Amino acid sequence: MPKIEIESEFCKGCLFCVEACPKDVIGTTSAVNDKGYQYAVPVHQENCIGCSICAIICPDAAIEVYKED
Amino acid sequence: MKKVYSRPIGLHRNINGYCPGCLHSAAGKIIMSALEELNLLEKTAMVDGVGCCANNNNYMDLDAIGTPHGRACATASAIKRCSPETIVITYQGDGDLASIGLAETMMAANRGDNITVFFINNANYGMTGGQMAPTTLLDMKTTTTPFGRNPEEHGYPMDMCKVLSTLKGPSYIARVTCTDVPNVRKAKEAVKEALQHQVDGKGFSMVEFVSNCPTNWGLTPLESLKFIKEHMLAEYPLGVYRNL
Repeated sequence: MPKIEIESEFCKGCLFCVEACPKDVIGTTSAVNDKGYQYAVPVHQENCIGCSICAIICPDAAIEVYKED
Repeated sequence: MKKVYSRPIGLHRNINGYCPGCLHSAAGKIIMSALEELNLLEKTAMVDGVGCCANNNNYMDLDAIGTPHGRACATASAIKRCSPETIVITYQGDGDLASIGLAETMMAANRGDNITVFFINNANYGMTGGQMAPTTLLDMKTTTTPFGRNPEEHGYPMDMCKVLSTLKGPSYIARVTCTDVPNVRKAKEAVKEALQHQVDGKGFSMVEFVSNCPTNWGLTPLESLKFIKEHMLAEYPLGVYRNL
């Protein structure tokens, strides 16, 4: 199963990844990080296809994508 | 599990100082990942202009120098002439490159100095509170043009790619944006091409990023991307303006 990891401290809550994800994997929570931003989290990790679109569009390089070999 | 997309190794693992959704961060990420792929990280020197772009010093792992306002191209020319094996890049905003440093930019381009310029065009002076820049669109409201930019009083938006491509010195000039994934990929190709021109010693290369300023435009990050697509790209069309 492909998966994404979002570094919550780097996320600034711009929602570019939420808008770009074709499988609606990413959403937001009410939690905030140290800087006070509502960060993005993978809410439907099981739908992820490992396309890396969220990681490419993320301006702050907070997302890393993993795929099985 | 294999990592298929990771943070560029040239970026420090700390949070940068840009606003949420600012495409400065995206441009920095693209430049660092292009330098990483071309294996140039160890021998690159970056010259920062004044403005938001000076934040780069805190999160890019490059030898860097900060210059007086607008003088980045002149400093970069000097570094390149003293140390021709160093890859010299400048990273400047529109107030820095197109207004205060116009003479330095034009002269470096006209001499065909073998440097690469990254120009972030967000249509205002972001760091000082959103004053009008030469690249501000007509009728666009800024803190110094509260009723919109009026060509009779303030002149017209300046298209630096077209201006510089009238000179004989530059070898590569392109305009890109980072609003969606296809454009981010194209931007990275343009950055790599520009750096390759410098490696090959062909002369002055410049990549202009059409960027946003959500804070001073008064828009959310997603609305600012829409504004770029609808208004900025109409005034500043994307493409390669010079490729020798």
